[in-house]
Amino acid sequence: MMVRILFYCFAALAITAATAVITSRHPVRAVLSLVVAFIATAGIWLTLQAEFLALILIVVYVGAVMVLFLFVVMMLDIQVEARRAGFVKFWILPTLCGIALILLLASVLGPHLQGTQMAANLPDPHSSLSALGMALFSDYIYPFELAAVVLLAAMIAAIGLTHRPRARTVRTQNPSEQVKVQPHDRLRIVKMPTSKKEGIA
Amino acid sequence: MITLSDYLIFGVILFGLSLAGIIINRKNLIVLLMSIELMLLAINTNFLAFGHFAHSIMGQVMVFFVLTVAAAEAAIGLAILVVLFRNKRSIDIQHLTELKG
Repeated sequence: MMVRILFYCFAALAITAATAVITSRHPVRAVLSLVVAFIATAGIWLTLQAEFLALILIVVYVGAVMVLFLFVVMMLDIQVEARRAGFVKFWILPTLCGIALILLLASVLGPHLQGTQMAANLPDPHSSLSALGMALFSDYIYPFELAAVVLLAAMIAAIGLTHRPRARTVRTQNPSEQVKVQPHDRLRIVKMPTSKKEGIA
Repeated sequence: MITLSDYLIFGVILFGLSLAGIIINRKNLIVLLMSIELMLLAINTNFLAFGHFAHSIMGQVMVFFVLTVAAAEAAIGLAILVVLFRNKRSIDIQHLTELKG
């Protein structure tokens, strides 16, 4: 019963925050609402006994991805007034479509699955973390490494997209040229004919 | 106790909200990216619910990989957004008409 109350509280919080994400006029407020939605959903994942993923959601998503969003939102200088000029014109049809989708899927998912009760604890004495680790590092080791490659590719792509090479006017050192330098590049001995000193005697 | 359909309906509501958000926001690209994140969150909740009620760990494994790909997608999307803003001085979707699509 306690879990059920918690579930409904977290669900209401998440849905309210998600509504605030798509309707708030200021992007910073939208990002903060998304943080609230993520934390509430992490609570719902806890009721599903997915402790590790719930904490990953908070640490990685709220801690890293949402902070990245906040950085980008604050870095870009967006005109707040001009941003939402087209907002009011378009909201009726999408809202009706969204409500229709929600009602359709809820009517499909609701009655048929009514009998499926909350499962008891997982049958084995291990927590779901050890089971997840066993699955990830035995059966799913190649997808796991592939996920690492995906992250590496994303990192390289993000750096390559946003990196600006320095302007040519900036004076820089070239270490390989400096190492390869030979004495005759730096010192040139010129033979000249000597001349008698003239002038005041 | 909490039934499977409770979780599924919660996921459906989140998904429908984010879908409406994508259609509503004709202006701001950042809100579009955030709606996609919300969609992935709803999908992940469905995966976890099915996995939990099927007594299987595979739902959690799937959510793990979806989270990885979603993080990569957010990073690249925001990088593209920064480059776009640098070139056009705006992130208005109405101005993205180079491809004449």
